[in-house]
Parts: sequence; structure tokens; C-alpha cells
Amino acid sequence: MSSPLSPATPTCAGAKRWLIAGIILAVVVSQFSAQFNRYHLGILVDIGINIILAVSLNLINGHTGQFSLGHAGFMAVGGYTAAKISLVASPMLPPALQPVIFLVALLAGGGLSAMTGLAVGVPSLRLRGDYLAIVTLGFGEIIRVVVQNMESVGAASGLKGIPKYTSLGWTFALAAITIYFVTALVNSTYGRGFIAVSDDEVAASSMGINPVRYKVTAFVTGAFFAGIAGGLYAHHKQFLSPTGFDFLKSIDIVVMVILGGMGRTAGVVVAAILLTLLPEVLRQFSEYRMIIYSLLIIVLMMARPQGLFTWKRKKGGAA
Amino acid sequence: MDWLLQQLINGLALGSIYALIALGYTMVYGVLRFINFAHADVLMLGAYAAYFIAPAVSTVLPLPSLTGTLIIVLLSAMICAGIGMLIEILAYRPLRQRPRLTVLITAIGVSLFIEFTCQHKAVFGADTKPFPQLLPVHDFHLAGLVIGSNDLVVVVTTLLLLVGLWFIVQRTKMGTAMRAVSYNQQAAALMGININRIISFTFGLGSALAAIAGILYALKAPGIDPLMGVQPGLRAFIAAVLGGIGNLPGAALGGLLLGLLETFAGGISGLSNYRDGIAFAILILILLFKPAGLLGKATVEKV
Repeated sequence: MSSPLSPATPTCAGAKRWLIAGIILAVVVSQFSAQFNRYHLGILVDIGINIILAVSLNLINGHTGQFSLGHAGFMAVGGYTAAKISLVASPMLPPALQPVIFLVALLAGGGLSAMTGLAVGVPSLRLRGDYLAIVTLGFGEIIRVVVQNMESVGAASGLKGIPKYTSLGWTFALAAITIYFVTALVNSTYGRGFIAVSDDEVAASSMGINPVRYKVTAFVTGAFFAGIAGGLYAHHKQFLSPTGFDFLKSIDIVVMVILGGMGRTAGVVVAAILLTLLPEVLRQFSEYRMIIYSLLIIVLMMARPQGLFTWKRKKGGAA
Repeated sequence: MDWLLQQLINGLALGSIYALIALGYTMVYGVLRFINFAHADVLMLGAYAAYFIAPAVSTVLPLPSLTGTLIIVLLSAMICAGIGMLIEILAYRPLRQRPRLTVLITAIGVSLFIEFTCQHKAVFGADTKPFPQLLPVHDFHLAGLVIGSNDLVVVVTTLLLLVGLWFIVQRTKMGTAMRAVSYNQQAAALMGININRIISFTFGLGSALAAIAGILYALKAPGIDPLMGVQPGLRAFIAAVLGGIGNLPGAALGGLLLGLLETFAGGISGLSNYRDGIAFAILILILLFKPAGLLGKATVEKV
């Protein structure tokens, strides 16, 4: 994970290209979304949501060198919050305000998720990395218990009838914004601190970088985007159940980050796309999926800890 | 008052099992400084080992019987000790000089691999299997209290194992070497201690304890399944942190405390729904206020 601390480029030209290309792609593709069949459209939206999840987890597990196993938990917080808001608001307001409701719901979901991230992150990130893994693992469990006991969000039977607001345009525009935000953040002068913390906490703090603050910042930012992804997911599937955001969902995202290469945004995006498509293509082997995933984790850690889809980091460019 | 005592008995039984598992986590953490996520799955394998050995033993010694159970437990513990050592040699040893995060991720990978391989229908299958009755069951009624014989077995076995472990760690050559390795690996190696052998031994010992804990857990649980280790494993890890990770008496104390707290909370009507979350609330609190644990010493990382 050692990366040269090259001076940050002031313009982030590479990252801006990503953002503009992504948003244009999202807008153009969504014009033709009526011509896709529903199945393919669904998978495309899944890909977009997984890109947001993987890129935001990469900020925590990759760039900052921590290890969170609770991304699905933050997704649940964001998803339930956003779904509840649009369920309450959409019958009261005219249909023309739909995008506004959706945006507010998504932001509220991301916001609450970020606040939860702060509450979870502050105690565990003061300590070494292993604790975060356990605390976030437990956090997913707590979310499940809390949701199962909350009648207002459907408790154990799930939340039904969420309006279908998520579209290709929304998903990929938000995915592009996530990629841009994370890339620009890491490539900024401030963001070099994340990589410094990941490389060596003691050395970083002797250079005047506060490791705890950087770790918490990364964690809260990651949680925010996971919450947004949860909101998109809720308005895409139109149904949420407390068991849908279990440990395995978190592991899926972790595998995307590990496969793509921790701290390599481009690789992680490729991995997110591949790992969303693969289970669809290899449906008849679905019983082997998690066995293969776990073997993949072990083998990659031994042979290629830098990930499968990594190429040489361009100097000063988008990571 | 009766209610209080009854919960105390149930809590002690649950806490004893947590304590046994927590010892394995804490021992491995002591020598290698990482969380062996696969420990919880070794516990499950211990229960399954007993499940498959029991019919074979019962052809010679009809179950339920004490001798038969002892043989089953010993064999399962040996099998699991072997599995634990194998995991260390195959998965963790090649990574010993790598960053801790790499080892941690590998440990999670190993844990998932065991869980999902065992869930496959060609191995154990994902369904719950009824655990054989190894020991005669009898409820003792004492002044309005009900004490199950299994609860007694759990508590007594744990006590005996704790004494045995204390003897191994404090009074034998192996134990002295273990403590030396956990104190300073390099210095221990310079004193002629074979680090690899000690680490193997630690994994074997911890895994054997996990296997026994798994059988005890299965005695009280309705049945066994490939994910049965996950929940007690997580609780036991929290117990280890509560007591101070790397500290053996701390792990035992943490396990008992956590078992008691969970049982009491489960008995209070308003809290019982949130019983699963209590352990994690405790974890967060302990990390906030006493991250070194109840019996641990705070350490400062040196360069």
C-alpha cells in the first residue's frame, strides 16, 4: 500500500474528466432506458449502486487502510430513512415535486448514515484497525435488531410499497459524483493525509497529521455515500427487509474493493461492475459463489494484495 | 430473589462457554497480535466432529455415558487442534511478515471459506442437525431453583479447563515459552525458542478449547448448523476485549461477565428484544472508556 506522496495537482483534471464523462453517460443512457428490457435495466442500476458502495468503502478500507465490515449496515440506515421519507411525503405533495422528494430523501438517508458513522467510528477508530472490523460487524447486527423491533418501518416483515424513483440517470449521476468526490478528496492536499495514515500512523502523526481525525473523516464520508446507495437501492427494489443488509452484503462490497485493489478507484469500479455481472451470468453455480469469494480473498491476500485490476498509478492523475 | 439466583445460574453457564472461546482468541492475539476470525468456525467444527464421532463411539459404549462422552470430547478436541494448526500453517504463516491488515483480511477469508464450504450440501449442509444426547440429563430442584445437569457440566468443565490452562501457561516449559513469545518475539527467538512451534502449539491449544466449548454449546442448543459458531464467537471476542485482549484471566472474567449481563438483560421484559445488541453496546462502551479492558494494561505503540 506504499504510494509515493507525490505533490497534489491543483486542478484535479483527471477527476473532473471522470465526473463530466460519467454524468454525460448517465444522461445519455437514461434517454434510451425505455428500450432496455426490465431485467437488463435492473442489472445496470445494480451496477451503479454497487459502484457507489465499492468506491465509498474503498475510501475507508483502501485509501485510509482501515477495515470496515459494516457497509451494508450504513446502506440499511440510508435506505430505511430515505424510503420512510418518500413514503410519507409522496402522497402529500404533487407528483411534479417527485425529484425534490427523492433528492431530500436520499440526502437525509446519507446524512443520518453519516451521523451513525460518526457514533460508531469515534470509539473504534481511536484504536488499532482490528477493533473497527469487529465493531462494524457488530454494528450491522445492531441495525438488524433495531429495525426488526421498529413497527414504523415494518419491523421483521419489511417495508413495502416504496415508490420507484430510482432511474438510470439518478444512479449513474450519483455514481459519477461519488467517484469524483472520493478521487478529488484523496488527490487534494488534505486527502494525502488519508494515504499517510494508511502507510504509517505513527509517522503520519509525527508529521502533524491527526490519524484519528482522518480515519473518522474517511469513515463518515464513506458512510454518507453508503447511505445514498441505500436510498437508491430502496427506491429501486421497492422493498426493504432487515435481513437484506446482513453481513454477506458487506462482504460482497469488501470483495469488490479487495479484488479491484485497495486504494485504486478505477480498479474498484471495474471490480464492482464485474462482480455484479458475474453472479447473473453464473446463476447455475450460485451455491459456489461465496466459497469462491472466500477463496478469492485468501489467494489475493497471499499472492496479489494490491488487487487484480491495478495498473501503474499515473503520476498526479486520478487514482 | 429466586429469579435473581436462577438468572445467575443460567448466566454462569452461558458465560463459561464464552470464557472458553475467549481464551482461544486472547491466546492467539497474545502471540500473533491479530484476531483469528476462524476461531468461531473451529468451534463449529468441534461440534460437528462430536456429531460424527458419537455414533461410532456409541456402538462400543452406549450413550449417554460419561466415559463415552469423554472419549468423544477428547477426539474432537484433537481433531480441532489439528485443524487449528493447519489453518495457521497454510493461511497465516506465509503472511507473518506482512501488514496486519493483510492477515486480518485473510482470517476473515478463512472464516468465510469454512462456513460456506460446510454449508454446501456435499459437506454438512445448511440445515440444523439434532445434536446427540451425550450425557444423562437431570434437573436438580433446589429451594425453588432449577439447575440443569448440563449447566453444571458446563461450569465444572470450564473450571477444570481454566485450572489446566493456568497450569500449562504458568508452570510448564511450553507455557513459559508462550509467554516469552507474546512478550517479545525476537528476544524469545534469540533465547533459543522455536517460534513456529510455539505458535503452532498456541493455535492447537486454543482450537482444542474451542472444540470443547463447541460441544458444550451444542449440548445446550437445540441443534448444530455450520453458522452456529458465529454468534458465540462474536460474543467471546467481545468478552476477550472486555477483559483485556491478550490477558488470560481477563478473557475468563470477561466471558463470565458478558454471559451474566446477557442473561439478566434477556430476563427483563423490555430489554429481551434487544438482547442480541447488548454485547455490542458493551463493546462500544468499553472501547470508549477503557480500551485496554478491565484487566489489561494500556500500551503505547513505539516506533
